[in-house]
Amino acid sequence: MKLELQGITKKFGDFTANDAIDLVVSPGKVHALLGENGAGKSTLMNVLFGLYDADGGQILLDGEPTVFSDPGDAMDAGIGMVHQHFMLVPVFTVAESLMLGHEDVKGPAKLLNLDAARDKVKELSERFGFHIDPDAIIEDLSVGAQQRVEIIKALSRDAKVLILDEPTAVLTPQETDELLEIVGQLRDSGTAVVLITHKLREVKAIADDITVIRRGKVVGTASPSDSQEELASLMVGRSVSMAVDKEPAEPGDAALTVDGLSVVDEETDITLLDNVSFELRAGEVLAVAGVQGNGQTELAEAILGLTKTDAGSVTLDGERLTGRSIRSVLDAGVGFVPEDRTEDGVVADFTIINNLILDLYDRAPYSKRGSLQPSVLRENADTQVENFDVRTTSIDALTGSLSGGNQQKVVLARELSRDLKLLIASQPTRGLDVGSIEFVHKRIIEERDKGVAVLVVSSELDEVYALADRIAVMYHGKIVDIVSPDTDRDTLGLMMAGAHSKEEVA
Amino acid sequence: MSAPVVEPDALAHPESGEGRKRPRSYKGPIALGVIALVALVGLGFFTSSDTETTFSFAKNSDFFTIPDLTVPSLMAVIVLTVIALLLAVYSLVLATNHRKPGIWLPVVYGIAIIGALLTTAGAGRDNTSIQFTSLLTSSLFLAVPLVFGALAGTICERSGIVNIAIEGQLLAGAFLAALVGSMAGNAYIGMVVAPLAGAAVGAILAVFATKYWVDQIVVGVVLNLLVLGLTGFFFNTVMSDNPNLNQSLNMQSIDIPVLSSIPIIGPVLFQQNLLVYILYVTVIVTQIMLFKSRWGLRVRAVGEHPKAADTVGIKVNRTRLRNTILGGAVAGLGGAFFTVASGLAFGNNMSAGKGYIALAAMILGRWSPRGALVAALLFGFADALRVQLGIIGSDIPSEFLAMTPYLATILAVAGLVGHSRAPAAENIPYKK
Repeated sequence: MKLELQGITKKFGDFTANDAIDLVVSPGKVHALLGENGAGKSTLMNVLFGLYDADGGQILLDGEPTVFSDPGDAMDAGIGMVHQHFMLVPVFTVAESLMLGHEDVKGPAKLLNLDAARDKVKELSERFGFHIDPDAIIEDLSVGAQQRVEIIKALSRDAKVLILDEPTAVLTPQETDELLEIVGQLRDSGTAVVLITHKLREVKAIADDITVIRRGKVVGTASPSDSQEELASLMVGRSVSMAVDKEPAEPGDAALTVDGLSVVDEETDITLLDNVSFELRAGEVLAVAGVQGNGQTELAEAILGLTKTDAGSVTLDGERLTGRSIRSVLDAGVGFVPEDRTEDGVVADFTIINNLILDLYDRAPYSKRGSLQPSVLRENADTQVENFDVRTTSIDALTGSLSGGNQQKVVLARELSRDLKLLIASQPTRGLDVGSIEFVHKRIIEERDKGVAVLVVSSELDEVYALADRIAVMYHGKIVDIVSPDTDRDTLGLMMAGAHSKEEVA
Repeated sequence: MSAPVVEPDALAHPESGEGRKRPRSYKGPIALGVIALVALVGLGFFTSSDTETTFSFAKNSDFFTIPDLTVPSLMAVIVLTVIALLLAVYSLVLATNHRKPGIWLPVVYGIAIIGALLTTAGAGRDNTSIQFTSLLTSSLFLAVPLVFGALAGTICERSGIVNIAIEGQLLAGAFLAALVGSMAGNAYIGMVVAPLAGAAVGAILAVFATKYWVDQIVVGVVLNLLVLGLTGFFFNTVMSDNPNLNQSLNMQSIDIPVLSSIPIIGPVLFQQNLLVYILYVTVIVTQIMLFKSRWGLRVRAVGEHPKAADTVGIKVNRTRLRNTILGGAVAGLGGAFFTVASGLAFGNNMSAGKGYIALAAMILGRWSPRGALVAALLFGFADALRVQLGIIGSDIPSEFLAMTPYLATILAVAGLVGHSRAPAAENIPYKK
């Protein structure tokens, strides 16, 4: 089945998310839709899938104009979608998930025909080598397995066009490779695949055609043989350097010492952080790599004191941080960039001015004799917005109205405005566009060169390699090993799945 | 550098691993132990050593007669509470080994404690015995509005709408059943229209929850007060001016042939009125429909992950609207219990908080019709016990007994009966 989008336009109020987009997807091809976050890729696919109504343009299936009023229509027409956030009910079994929405019933009472669904799961699972148990509960499955359930769901409805929305965002490198292999199999069996992504490596590995979208418009097509730099500059609209320019680190004395740190979840009794010890020297970047949910978040929060620790200690320049209030930890010279910036990083309903002094509001010169000094605050905001290149109409704008990249710059500006000894940055560039990533990375390296000890937590291997002087890999709450950044991706990927590196690389 | 050593197990099941044992939970065992100790000391103190307690099980209609059981009171109390204490210790041992007891333990434990309580209550009354069968019969009867209410809650909450308005739906059902039944002079007609009143209250809740995204708990509470006010107003004006609009009607109890003659079970289950038989059917049908039918699968999907349901073409808000109205209707039917099915005229605030207890039964029953039935029966039993002990004039103050269902509710809701998880999307409006 050939799918064509012609002049698709979608507006949200004054904002044009999709501006007259054309796209042709042919059977047996992988078509990559490349663009930064917020470029309008997902909006386009949601229009195609019937979740949004388009304001203009039309969808053609094999040359016939078609209108999808809801996702059911799209699925009936042979379009399947694997969403970035899985559309699976956590308490359902795989078989139940498969049948939801187009249930097969049997008998006079018209009860669910679960056996048929089980057989279907087994059949598809065997055909593609998925190893999925039809009676497994979704929430017990690994993320990769859940994604395979989503693919089975789409295939069970005879999807001729399969849309994968940022499918690798949550996968380990190995799972990513497996997924790309599956995509190849699907293509060879005649399915048209639309791969929505901002990851150039995947595009180059699997795509047949590439369409690049920027700010809601198609800015061009590219070939998989183009270099990563070419693709990136098409995506961003200017030339970008993929590597972070940095001098070799000149580490000083040990600044941060983490010794036997453990965190146990009070409610479930699960050990989230298991006897973690390491040293971080002034002027070096230690990147913590690992698949999401292996204790990295808890490590960062435990150092700051946000999470209660059950054993172990954290010392910074000989001062013990464990057991102190967060306020006094911050005062000891710790900067913290939280992983969920909209939730923990900024107060979305505050202006940029106020977000910039969230941790400084009670000090001179920002406040005097218990009252804030508006003119000083404004001056501070003007300087910071300039220094950190925050793109905003005004410093009085609400921080929530900024793009993700600019919000992150506000967070960074605030955290770096104190004299730091230690900077903890959790997923510092998650969801940011390439331009902002470049900027954030540059500032982090600048801090390192000033002699600050930097702990970066990231599940993006590209980021880990770009920043790290040493890499600590976490798995199941433990540090598997600390290795040098010239360790290859495959080895790192295996370590992220729990395999130990035999050799101690320091 | 050398090749990494791969642990095959870790790669095959990246989600499994050490540190994932069943968490130790001492809440349950401690609660069991404390209650057993209190029972041992308290009941032992109330029971004198030279008395006997008689239990009678028989009814005239039985095939054969089970003889009365007479036991020495103090001895029986001590034996039963010590059994309960041992069970508490056993569950503590299991907990330290990260294990959970089977369902038999709380059941046997409950029987032991209640047995001890009954023994104390019936001690030293030569002419009055504990009427065990009629105790169970009235337990079931008193549980009727709770079961309907808990089913209503389950039907709504499984689709993601919190139904605090059960209380109001019960009351509205009771009112309309009495009014229409009196006008028609027929209790059954009253029962048939009762669901309409509940459905109307449910519809208001549903519209506010799905169209205007108002907090469902707030709307529910407001609706309860609204129904209380409205029915009270009509009771004091129209009904008191025209007594023939609010008569005591009666629904005959219907004996099922053969089944009703089985000792104990027969009189309890099969000598009831029509509403109770409807209850059996409703519980069974809802249980099957919710977990085995297309409707149930979709409802549960909407209550757990509405967006996922939407992406497969299920209309989330329409499903919620329908379920809330359906749930309201079920609660309205339960409301008929208070008036036409009990042979009573309507009275102000007749539901008297039963709707909230029903909500607790729903939670205790873990949002399943079967569980709701069991939980509601437990509450019904506590209520029936209070009534019977009042009749035989027990030494135990009836105020304490009146409190037991509520105490049980608090313990239940506090999660002492194990982890129960509400539908994930409950009380979260679905906005597209």
